[in-house]
Amino acid sequence: MKTETRREHFEPPSVIGTILRRLHIDIPLFIGLFFTSVLSFLILYSAGSQDMDILVRQAARIGLAFLLMTVLAHINPYQFKRYSALLFGLGIFLLVAVLIMGQIGKGAQRWLDLGVFRFQPSEMIKITTPMMVAWYLSEHPLPPKAKQLFIAALLILVPTLLIAKQPDLGTAILVASSGAGVLFFAGLSWRFIFAIAAMLAAFTPILWHFMRGYQRDRVLTFLNPEADPLGRGYHIIQSKIAIGSGGIYGKGWLGSTQSELDFLPESSTDFIFAVFAEEFGLFGCLGLLILYLLIIGRCLYIASQAQDTYCRLLASSLAFTFFVYVFVNIGMVIGILPVVGVPLPLISYGGTSIVTLLAGFGILMSIHTHKKRMLL
Amino acid sequence: MSSSRYSVKNNTVENRLFLNRIIASFVVIILLTSGLIVRLIYLQIVGHEHYASLAKDNSVKIVPLVPTRGIIYDRHGKILADNTPSYSLELIPEQIPNMEDTLQRLQKLLDIPDEKIEIYQKQRKRQKRFTSTPLLIGMSEEELAKFAVVRPYFPGVDIRTRLVRHYPYSDLAAHVVGYVGRINEAELKELPVAEYRGSSHIGKLGIESSYETELHGKTGYAEIETNVQARPLNTLNEANPDSGANLYLTLDIDLQKSAYDALEGYNGAVVAIEVKTGGVLVFASRPGFDPNPFVVGIANDAYQALQSSEDQPLYNRALRGLYPPGSTVKPFVALAGLEYDAISAQQKLFCPGYYQLPGVSHKYRDWKKGGHGSVNLNEAITESCDVYFYRLAATLGIDHVHDFLQKFGFGEKTGIDLVGEKAGLLPSREWKRNQKNQAWYPGETLITGIGQGYHQVTPLQLARATATLANRGSIVTPFLVDKIVTGRATRSGPETHKGSIPLKSANINNIIAAMVNVVHSGRGTAKSIGRDISYQIAGKTGTAQVFNIKQNAKYNENDIDFKLRDHALFISFAPADNPKIAVAVVVENGGHGGSVAAPIAGKIIKQYLKDNN
Repeated sequence: MKTETRREHFEPPSVIGTILRRLHIDIPLFIGLFFTSVLSFLILYSAGSQDMDILVRQAARIGLAFLLMTVLAHINPYQFKRYSALLFGLGIFLLVAVLIMGQIGKGAQRWLDLGVFRFQPSEMIKITTPMMVAWYLSEHPLPPKAKQLFIAALLILVPTLLIAKQPDLGTAILVASSGAGVLFFAGLSWRFIFAIAAMLAAFTPILWHFMRGYQRDRVLTFLNPEADPLGRGYHIIQSKIAIGSGGIYGKGWLGSTQSELDFLPESSTDFIFAVFAEEFGLFGCLGLLILYLLIIGRCLYIASQAQDTYCRLLASSLAFTFFVYVFVNIGMVIGILPVVGVPLPLISYGGTSIVTLLAGFGILMSIHTHKKRMLL
Repeated sequence: MSSSRYSVKNNTVENRLFLNRIIASFVVIILLTSGLIVRLIYLQIVGHEHYASLAKDNSVKIVPLVPTRGIIYDRHGKILADNTPSYSLELIPEQIPNMEDTLQRLQKLLDIPDEKIEIYQKQRKRQKRFTSTPLLIGMSEEELAKFAVVRPYFPGVDIRTRLVRHYPYSDLAAHVVGYVGRINEAELKELPVAEYRGSSHIGKLGIESSYETELHGKTGYAEIETNVQARPLNTLNEANPDSGANLYLTLDIDLQKSAYDALEGYNGAVVAIEVKTGGVLVFASRPGFDPNPFVVGIANDAYQALQSSEDQPLYNRALRGLYPPGSTVKPFVALAGLEYDAISAQQKLFCPGYYQLPGVSHKYRDWKKGGHGSVNLNEAITESCDVYFYRLAATLGIDHVHDFLQKFGFGEKTGIDLVGEKAGLLPSREWKRNQKNQAWYPGETLITGIGQGYHQVTPLQLARATATLANRGSIVTPFLVDKIVTGRATRSGPETHKGSIPLKSANINNIIAAMVNVVHSGRGTAKSIGRDISYQIAGKTGTAQVFNIKQNAKYNENDIDFKLRDHALFISFAPADNPKIAVAVVVENGGHGGSVAAPIAGKIIKQYLKDNN
């Protein structure tokens, strides 16, 4: 009896809660995502010079993304598994199509124009690659053997290189790490991981030799942004000034002077974290990082509770990729990683990335909410 | 999937492995996040004071320092393009207390037309905050004085001096020197951001465009401390810009003027090349246009007028104009005949005034009714006998004609240091199969032999081939920029030599002798220019058909429309025994080469050799 009353107290029979559960929405994850989206609106309003247009467009995008998340959460994860290979194949086909069309149109192209809306195949690949690798590895006993490792590596490398050729280095990194994440969670031996890390370190000078001029410039700018204050170094210098001047407590909401006076370029998109750090200071940054960690923690928990190997691998890889997003974006804005085009997940303005991200969370919710029913 | 492969034990192992990995990943994530936090602490606590001083009340703005664009000189140091100061009235909206009032007062004071105010209002909306936007450009002395008196009553309004590109020779060399114009959106995407931060203009045509990087220079920057209203307070750090390089062209503007003037009344082009080096002395295209309005932004109707003019003044005929070479191709075809042993210099062929291919009734006619009689190679070139060259071309065949002419650069870009060059067209069997999906007909070989048919050349190509001939096969690449002077360093223009065509000396001598006869013998087609000079000019006239006359009709210059009249051409070099200058002239609808085009070349050659002796 006591437990029952407590339980009632713990889960109030609120209408919203019931609806969310019916919709296969995972409530803790939903709360985390909801708060991040609210933060996104707040900071965009400030970074975009209080332009309501930007907010309306972002709201439309987030609305669409939440809708897609709900739809995917409804689908039984068994269906994802079943269509993994098909979806992956379709994604690769579209990537090649975009590449060929880009070559005809003489210029980098990432879009596929479907008349009504434009579709970016590389976004789809961000999800279908971990699906494919997870499906392939789950068909064999774990940890994977050399042959499976080799094939999995191919499955990761093909889309990564196709996207890198577009050229979209940021997305290529995300796709590669989503695939690598699956391998890691599948039990790739530590010895192997360290060997690859060591090899990469040893190959760096050789890689330098093969890099093109502009790629070298980027690395040099990253190492010493002050050398090119008008060009590529400009972003980093201005970004550091914005963050550093924020201090512990920040300048308060709408208090950013750096983006307001146009010192900080791309303040609404890839460099939005700098505006956030300037306005909300170190405490705000810690709060945001904790919010992200809570989301990631919940995702890893969902992964650990999943029973089927495919679901585990996919869920854990999606959680890991989300962290890579956060780490690469913040790392680049605070000047510890080179500048690649990765947005701050759920907060940056624009891009279809927010739709893809929430689609990923939809899959995670599907994995979590359908499991209970299967137990029953 | 075969679940039989999964043993219970394996499942336990898998479970444990997976949980271990989840924990490991969480540890890695925490570690990396800590890394981010450490960096944030470094920036926001340790470095806070430093960054706050840069940003808080006084911000440091990095201002680009725009380099001065390089000056363009001709070969004798005469200025073809330089920068002159121009004054503009500029407003910073954020510093103006009452915009409407200010604009009204300015309008009354300086008599500004309403449309300029409208344009300004539009531009202002597109500008970033705290940037100054021009209201009036190119102010007169009077306007300057008027504003200077009342300046204290107009906060946020200021006179700014900008350097504006100026072309003192106006239309004379507009096509070669080109012009600069405002950077448009498409160009903005292609340009290096850092280098063009602060630059408003870019080379659009000619040398200005081809040597944009050199002329532009390197942008510097100043770190300027500003207050919250973005008013500059103090310069902290400065890197001076490197001015653009000054360019010294091989062009001789006086010679250019002579050529341009000589073309008056016609559309056409003159190209003169220094034979030994390939340096371009004259590069004239008529009609020209005044490049100066393009710098400040040409009015739309003025631009439309230039664009839609039937004479196409914006078109660089010397570089891009395509013309049939006409008889100017004959010395080259004759040389091919000698080199391939298809004919000897002494051999005589009979010219009855027409030529027929075996079994074909069509008559390929000579320009001279009744024919030239029995002629050898020298006479055939001197009198420009068509029948001789029909027969020679038929003997050589199109493959030999094509291969030999190709060596002289026909059908290929010359590689001059100007963008937008046309390659022309040198027909071959292969070209016709690919382009028209047709076999090559023998009749087409005949007309190729006299420079008609598909063959198309640019005046520049013609001049280059002539210079190569004058050089006895040593190929010259034409170029315009002789010296690029940056500060104290000087480097030379493009690399020029491109190997040579192996030719027998006796054959070359025969061709040159015939070309000298064109100018200096009594029967030569350009004998009018050969008088009163102490040296010899070698030349060849050409007349290119624009309009096809019917088989039995007679071409009568006075009967047909001016635009359908033949193009007059002339190629030449001098002195014949030690060539210094090669000239190609094309006069559109000029009629016969000897009477219209040759005198222009003669004038250029005489002036050049007089100045250089």
